[in-house]
Amino acid sequence: MEIKMLDLTKIFISKDKREVHAVDHVDLTIPSGKLIGLLGPSGCGKSTTLYLIAGLLRQNVGQIYFGEDEVSDMPPEKRGIGLVFQNYALYPHMTVRENILFPLENLKVDKVEAKERTIEMANLVGLGEMLDRKPKELSGGQQQRVAIARALVKKPRVLLLDEPLSNLDARLRLQTREEIKRIQRETGITTVFVTHDQEEAMSISDEIVVMKDGVIQQMGEPQHVYDHPQNLFVAQFLGTPQINVFNGVIKNKKIFVNDMLISKTDLPDQPVKIGVRPEGFIVDLEKKSDFKFEIDLVETIGRDTTLIIEVPGNEGGLLDKITFKAIVDASLKIKAGDWVHFNVKPEKMHLFDLEGKLLK
Amino acid sequence: MLILMIVFTFYPLINAFVISFYKDYLPLANDGAGSITGYTFANYSVILKNQLFWQSLKNTFVLALVSVPVSILISLFISVALKSIPKLKGFFQTVFFLPYVTNGIAVGMAFAVMFHRDYGLFNLILGWFNISPIDWIGGTASWWAQMGALMIFTIWESLAFKILVFTSGLQNIDKQYYDAAKIDHATKWTIFKRITVPLLSPLILYISITSMIGALKAYNSVIGLFGEKLGGQPYSMITIVAFVYKYRSDFSFQGFYSYAASAAIILFFITLIFSLIQTTVSKKRIHY
Ligand SMILES: Nc1ncnc2c1ncn2[C@@H]1O[C@H](COP(=O)(O)OP(=O)(O)OP(=O)(O)O)[C@@H](O)[C@H]1O
Ligand SMILES: [Mg+2]
Repeated sequence: MEIKMLDLTKIFISKDKREVHAVDHVDLTIPSGKLIGLLGPSGCGKSTTLYLIAGLLRQNVGQIYFGEDEVSDMPPEKRGIGLVFQNYALYPHMTVRENILFPLENLKVDKVEAKERTIEMANLVGLGEMLDRKPKELSGGQQQRVAIARALVKKPRVLLLDEPLSNLDARLRLQTREEIKRIQRETGITTVFVTHDQEEAMSISDEIVVMKDGVIQQMGEPQHVYDHPQNLFVAQFLGTPQINVFNGVIKNKKIFVNDMLISKTDLPDQPVKIGVRPEGFIVDLEKKSDFKFEIDLVETIGRDTTLIIEVPGNEGGLLDKITFKAIVDASLKIKAGDWVHFNVKPEKMHLFDLEGKLLK
Repeated sequence: MLILMIVFTFYPLINAFVISFYKDYLPLANDGAGSITGYTFANYSVILKNQLFWQSLKNTFVLALVSVPVSILISLFISVALKSIPKLKGFFQTVFFLPYVTNGIAVGMAFAVMFHRDYGLFNLILGWFNISPIDWIGGTASWWAQMGALMIFTIWESLAFKILVFTSGLQNIDKQYYDAAKIDHATKWTIFKRITVPLLSPLILYISITSMIGALKAYNSVIGLFGEKLGGQPYSMITIVAFVYKYRSDFSFQGFYSYAASAAIILFFITLIFSLIQTTVSKKRIHY
């Protein structure tokens, strides 16, 4: 089922009486049957968006539609959604079985059927053996799967997950992430997955939505958003290591950084911010390129070498301080102290105006 | 520290235990050294044959077994209700807390006025519903009316502390459980029954044990409400502790002091048994 948000706004009044626009005029359509990653830094309004969809918070402005139905004023218990909380919120006094059964009891599902569905769901998340344990007798990953089972057992129209992996260690994270993806595929349920971990969002989602200060920055398929960021924030938020940003100018269709020619463009003359992905540099073995630096540090991991370059600014601020990372082939055997000439792959370079808007 | 504990808690208990076996005890004889004529179990059989002792047992049990669960239920409901009106919380907390900081006997006297047959508030209110005035605490009051008045007073008096404990307990319950329950389609009543009460259960156990002990030791309330007479008719509302006091203050009669001690020891074991039952029963139902 499709979820549509129109002009959705939630304003909190903070303790010092200031208005916090936690969700700010959000227009967003979440396509049916897809897994959407809602991504952004801490405090950007991800949980608030989720709670608005769930009905645990009431919007100040705007509407929410589930398919054709408007649910803007519907209380949470009527919306038919499943929600996995940031720290699971499993009922500590109930066993796994009772936790999963609880929504079915409230919905007055026939007892026999409810039992069967509980067991079926526990098996789906791989907890068939642990039905009689209490939450505190489970590992973080197992608790998280109970929370998913509890959310899914009532066959909700929508599944909402609020940073469900944030309490898990690295290995369990990877494992459960795959599992969520699998369960989502098997059930085909429309899912919103909140996280502030961009790598997690990119790997699990059909589409990602990047948010900042309550405003949607960009939505699209992960690779597409990565390759075509709409603004500097999105460009910097996606990708590790982070995209390199240079201050530069366009003069006569040429782009300069500290008087070095880095690339060419059709854009008119103006100051620019230049984003170049670390993997966007090519080492110019013929040393013709103008864009050359002395290497400060070299880190080699497997086939890749990361070159770290730091140039202090100088001459009364005429030249900017530059720091950047370039990932190159380890077989080039570059060492610290070497001078390297770089070319830049055009598709890995993005030009922004000084406000951070993409220049086209 | 340990020695102080032994001196102040175990010594009096053991002492009372020993006194309860004295024969013909006169505490003030021999210039205050006291006199006995031996040791006996007879003190227990004497009070067990005493009509008044059985009256005090009946009164105490009825009072404790009704007032404790009822006051726990009422205070739970009030605490949950207070939670949903945070603005009025301070005001109501004061209202419910006042009796706690006021002397029980003084409040009892105020209640005695309210229970007055002709001028009391309760009969006035009943009058609005065309119910003819009841003698709650006077000379013609039935046992039920007296017990009713004592019950109302006891419950009122014990609400304050319970509400205080429960409201702070409720504040410690993570709001996410309530959000989760809403998402799980639970009604308000289901949330109360299946989430709030179980999560408060350790506190409920604590409160039910302490208030059961308190109710079994009821005395101030009877004095406050009925005065020295201990009832509409003399001794009709006597409690175990009142029984102990009565015989203790009549110590110049041979052996009475030991009767008081025996009754106190019986009360001690009753209290112990109640607490043990509560703990064992709750082991199966308490969470955490
Ligand atoms: N109940 C509230 N009262 C006041 N302000 C709030 C309330 N809830 C959230 N906010 C504010 O709204 C903004 C968005 O909060 P939200 O919890 O949605 O962020 P988030 O993206 O989920 O962050 P995180 O990644 O840390 O969980 C924050 O600035 C937060 O301080
Ligand atoms: Mg959050």
